[in-house]
Formats: sequence, C-alpha cells, structure tokens
Amino acid sequence: MLNIDAIKKGIVIDHIKAGCGYKIFKELGLHKADYTVALIKNVPSNKLGKKDLIKIENEIDLDLTILGLIDPDITINIIENEKIKEKIKLSLPKTVKGILKCKNPRCVTTIEKIEDVEFTLVDEKTKEYKCEYCDAKTSL
Amino acid sequence: MLKGRHLIEPNDFTIKELDEIFTLAEDIIKKPDAYSDICRGKLLATLFYEPSTRTKFSFEAAMLRLGGNVIGFSEAKSTSVAKGESIADTIRTIGCYADIAVMRHPKEGAPKLASKYSNIPVINAGDGGHQHPTQTLTDLLTIKLIKKSISNHTIGLCGDLKFGRTVHSLVKALSRYQNIKFVFISPSELKIPQYIKDELKGHEYYETSSLEDVIDKLDILYMTRVQRERFISEEEYLRLKDSYILTLEKLKNAKKDMIIMHPLPRVNEIAMEVDSDERAVYFKQARFGMFVRMALIIKLLGVEIYA
Ligand SMILES: [Zn+2]
Repeated sequence: MLNIDAIKKGIVIDHIKAGCGYKIFKELGLHKADYTVALIKNVPSNKLGKKDLIKIENEIDLDLTILGLIDPDITINIIENEKIKEKIKLSLPKTVKGILKCKNPRCVTTIEKIEDVEFTLVDEKTKEYKCEYCDAKTSL
Repeated sequence: MLKGRHLIEPNDFTIKELDEIFTLAEDIIKKPDAYSDICRGKLLATLFYEPSTRTKFSFEAAMLRLGGNVIGFSEAKSTSVAKGESIADTIRTIGCYADIAVMRHPKEGAPKLASKYSNIPVINAGDGGHQHPTQTLTDLLTIKLIKKSISNHTIGLCGDLKFGRTVHSLVKALSRYQNIKFVFISPSELKIPQYIKDELKGHEYYETSSLEDVIDKLDILYMTRVQRERFISEEEYLRLKDSYILTLEKLKNAKKDMIIMHPLPRVNEIAMEVDSDERAVYFKQARFGMFVRMALIIKLLGVEIYA
C-alpha cells in the first residue's frame, strides 16, 4: 500500500465517495495550494468499499456549505499533534448562497448580475434547491 | 399594515390582509365618487418590459380613477433598459419620481429583484410564467362578491392546467381557504402539475378530461385558453380544442347559480352565445380587477381614507 505520511496539523477529509475526490479537491481550490496537500484515490474502506481521501497540511477555512452540498456523507477530521482533535459531520445545507446557479432559462438571474442568489432546500432525497427569484428547482 | 409593502406573489399577504383589500374594493364599487380624489398628487409608474395592454390599462384606469397620475413605458426597447441598465438601478431611479411602481417582465423573479432595491411599493403585474398576483386578487374578489364567500365551493378549472399561470396561483390561493373542492378538467397532455396538487393541504380534488361529466357539480367554472403552441401535433390540437369549448348546450346541466369565470382574453373556448347567460361573469371580473387594483394602490400607498 501507498504510504502517506501522517500529518501534524491540518485537515483530513474522509469518506469521500470514490471518484469524487478530485471534484472536491478542485472545488476547494486545492490544486492552487502552496502548502502540502494530498489527494488519495481508491483507498480500501470498510464502510464504502473504496473511498477517496484528502489530506491538507495547513490550517485553512473550509467551506462546509459547499462540501455538504457536494456530499453530506463525508467526514472532516481536524488534526493537531498528529491526532484527531475534532470530527465534523456534514449535512445538506438548508440554504445555499452564491454556489448554485438557477437552471431556469426564464429566470431573472440569467440576465442580471446577482452575486448572492439564495437557494432553499426543498427535497432532501433529490438534493433539489429552490431559486429565491423564480422558485424553479435546481441541483448541483 | 400594508403601507409600503410589495405584492410579488398572492401569498405575500395574509388572509386578513387580503380581506382588508377586498372590503375596501367593495366599498369603492358602492361609492366610487368618494374615492375619486383620494390619490391626488400621487404618481404610479408602470414599468412594462413586455407589452400587456390589458393589465397596463387596468392599473392606469385604477390610478386615474383615484385622482392620481401615471407615468411609464410599455416595452423595454425605448428606455435606458435597452442600454443595459440593471433592474436595481431602474427601480431606484423610478423611486425618485414615483410613489408606487407596477412591473411586468418576461423574466421570472424580476419584480422580486426590483422590490429588494426599491424604496417605493412594487406590484408584480406578471413575470413570465411565474406569478400574476393581481389576477389572483381579481379572481378571489369576483368569487367573494358574486358567491358571497370565498370558502365552501366546488370549483372546476378547465383548459390548460399545465402551463396556466393564473390557474396555479388561484389554486394555491384558494387552498388557504376552508372547504374548497377542486375539479381539474384538462386533456391528459395538459394536466395540473403534481407540485400544485401537493400544495392542496388536504382539500379534496378530482381530475377528469370531460367537462360534461362534472359540470352539474360545480359552483364555479374557471375557463382558460388551450393554446395551439402547447401541442406537439396539430392533429392533437384540433382533436382536443373543441372538446373544451363552452356552449349553451353544455351549460344545460350546470347549476342555475354556477358562475363562469375567465381571465381573458378569450379566443374560442367560450362560445359568444354564452356571454348573455347570467352565469357568465368574465366581463364583470375584468371590472372587479380594476377595483381590486384601486384598493391595492390605496393600501400600499397608505393614503388616508376619508370616504
Ligand atoms: Zn431562478
């Protein structure tokens, strides 16, 4: 097995569905990072069979909303002195601002520059959100 | 208090607030002269980004009958909007001149966006296929005035129930009242969407494709247009369009006090011969629409009622 050094201080994003690691990596802007980061794919997992894993050797502010939106089942481990100091369980955010785009071609957001369109969760199962302007449903 | 508020969708107002508007509209109908000067010195701006002569006239007539004045445009082409001005800037500028604004826009959510930046009340006069709340207010007032109450009726909605914006809003608004039974009458291609049915909050409903089968059960029949462009094939359209034309023959089995409503304009879904039937109230409905807009303007402006 590939040996990845334990990190002293940072963040481990665990239980990422296999194949989704790169999407999250990019979404968090880690491909532009100047500190140590590792994306590990297809790690054997008891729970998932296979999972992806991201290790970040740095203190960064994670956007938990966007992570929850992508996959509410992933786990965030905050590491200090090579130990897990805190485990954060994600959940599907009830409201999302500035991440989703309304897919309704007749929506006013398609013609006006609006920075922080708010979307409200309307269906947990399908992860569908409702646009605050046109009420149309959209998902990531 | 409705002073300074916006009307973007019918449910922006509570049942009590709607009732206040309807009561005022009723009073205006009784003694229009008492209100003919109440908005003197007030200015209504009609911001119509797409033409809708009927709705625009209704609002303009309402304001003029209150003694106020009107400015506005009827399409975006001739305005600064054509130069790329944002809705936010347009409404902020208009707010410097006018006391209240009415907006019609082809994009859904445009009036809501305007209301976020506006220091004067904004009334949505139709945003794409989304909302048209003053039509819903008109419909509710018509039912209230002619049937004496908005609650306790069986209402048949007939025609294009899939894309019909007025139908969706009316159903949603009526589901806030007591004991309403809905009968949805449409071709199977144009059935009422599931999410509207999900919002019926326990009210009984029945779906059918035959108007004849249910017409004797109805207290209210709400007719809408079946548009040619909604059909994939011309044959389908031709086959179905006639089945929803209301004639005196079809009205034989209807209740004597059933009322026939229609948001207008009509194309051919109600035969002309029906117009003289007492039950046809669609032209009255258009008139009530002006009165409900008068009441709405008074309330949102918060002008003193000395009538
Ligand atoms: Zn939208």
